[in-house]
Amino acid sequence: MLQISCPWCGPRDEIEFRCGGQSHVIRPGPPEEVDDATWGRYLSEKINPRGDHLERWLHAAGCRRWFNVARDTATHRIRAVYHMVEAAPAIGDEGSAR
Amino acid sequence: MRYSAWTVFRQGLGGQRGWKPAWRSPDPKPDYEVIIIGGGGHGLATAYYLAKTYGIRRVAVLEKGWIGGGNSGRNTTAIRSNYYYRASARMYEHSLKLYEGLSKELNYNVMFSQRGMISLAHSPHDVELAHRQAGAMRLNGVDADFLSPGEIARRVPILDMSPEARFPVFGGLLQKRAGTARHDAVVWGYARAADALGVDIIQNCEVTGFRRGADGAVIGVETSRGPIAATRIGVAVAGHSSRLAEMAGFRLPITSYALQAFVSEPLKPVLDTVILSPATGVYMSQSDKGGLVIGGGLDLYPSYAQRGNMPVIRNVLGAVAAQYPSLGRVRLLRQWAGIVDVVPDSSPIIGASPVPGLFLDCGWGTGGFKAIPVGGTMLAHQLATLTPHELAEPFSLERFTTGALIDEAAGSGIAH
Repeated sequence: MLQISCPWCGPRDEIEFRCGGQSHVIRPGPPEEVDDATWGRYLSEKINPRGDHLERWLHAAGCRRWFNVARDTATHRIRAVYHMVEAAPAIGDEGSAR
Repeated sequence: MRYSAWTVFRQGLGGQRGWKPAWRSPDPKPDYEVIIIGGGGHGLATAYYLAKTYGIRRVAVLEKGWIGGGNSGRNTTAIRSNYYYRASARMYEHSLKLYEGLSKELNYNVMFSQRGMISLAHSPHDVELAHRQAGAMRLNGVDADFLSPGEIARRVPILDMSPEARFPVFGGLLQKRAGTARHDAVVWGYARAADALGVDIIQNCEVTGFRRGADGAVIGVETSRGPIAATRIGVAVAGHSSRLAEMAGFRLPITSYALQAFVSEPLKPVLDTVILSPATGVYMSQSDKGGLVIGGGLDLYPSYAQRGNMPVIRNVLGAVAAQYPSLGRVRLLRQWAGIVDVVPDSSPIIGASPVPGLFLDCGWGTGGFKAIPVGGTMLAHQLATLTPHELAEPFSLERFTTGALIDEAAGSGIAH
């Protein structure tokens, strides 16, 4: 069971949350200048790393707000929790950014 | 050595001391005509069809651990072709037909048991969808029957059919020719048959990188057992496809998730079919040893950990206890998870990658086992002829640029 610290509500069990997938995906634009290949990559491609992953989570059964989580996909260790508007934290080998 | 009743009898007379290992464990040669990364069902089937159909025998299958130790050993062994779109139906039906002849083809009993598969309908709307699905399947030349609640009650007596059931049953969709097979036997059968044709199966050999020529095409791989050269490389590594793609410098539309499965203690026969409840995502069959083999939904966040978490366990087993009350006190023997490669449209990616010489067989998501024979057939064709197999054409990576998706997630109501 993951315990995720919602930035507003504090630590809660994973069943209260929904994972929204990879974070920091930049929409290409302006639209009339984006070719099909770029648009297709934007819509579908994933980094899908084994290791640290920056992803969006929704506190669906709580405050219903989105936030970012840095989580290791192999160990499930949560390295950082940060707001949607924040830049990705620098993650060292130890400790968390928050 | 050919396996037969006579061989078994003769070995019995000789005290069982004459059996030979079913495949060799060769050291890697410096170069091959084709390298296949991933010694699961898909990789070994690819090697087998390369050697048998196309006469390409200088083939190496590189496996990080032991063959069949990944998803081939972690699935719930269901084989079916109840898909909605023509492209999918053709492909999965081809696979089902290959399974029907596989024991004879490989001279290895894969224990394919066509016990049928029932997808339950829990509401009048589900009934309408089941009829629509049955119609689509028949149009695609796949057998499909609609079962009334009475027929389901007779066929699956342990299912709670009472009016006050938490998940009332209004009917079901039956594919009679669906069933299960012994997962290890499929892997071992292909391994033995490929080895007999000269394929080198190299275990404990992890690919750590690709060697590229001046034009960017692959010319070999770096492995934990040294470099190996080949100009045609197939990748059949399921949930780890994104990692191989990263080594080659491109990305895939794949998210890796953990899919859990469970097996109970052995019971007397209580279930002679495969049964799926779309409402709970739980599917179940009973193995020949008597264990109930249970699968459910994904742990819905990206994962490379080959284990799942408790909330999904509770959902799956709670649904089993609710729908099959007599199983409520059955104990589980094992629980595990495999890492599945889920694509937005729940259809596989077969064929060319952005890197010349590197070819893909991935994106099977939660349903790769049933596709082992056809996955091997299609990737072998691609590697041998450098053109897509006829069945694989709609499933190219290109579809994420053109938008010609084959959305079985919506079409056939796959839970994940």
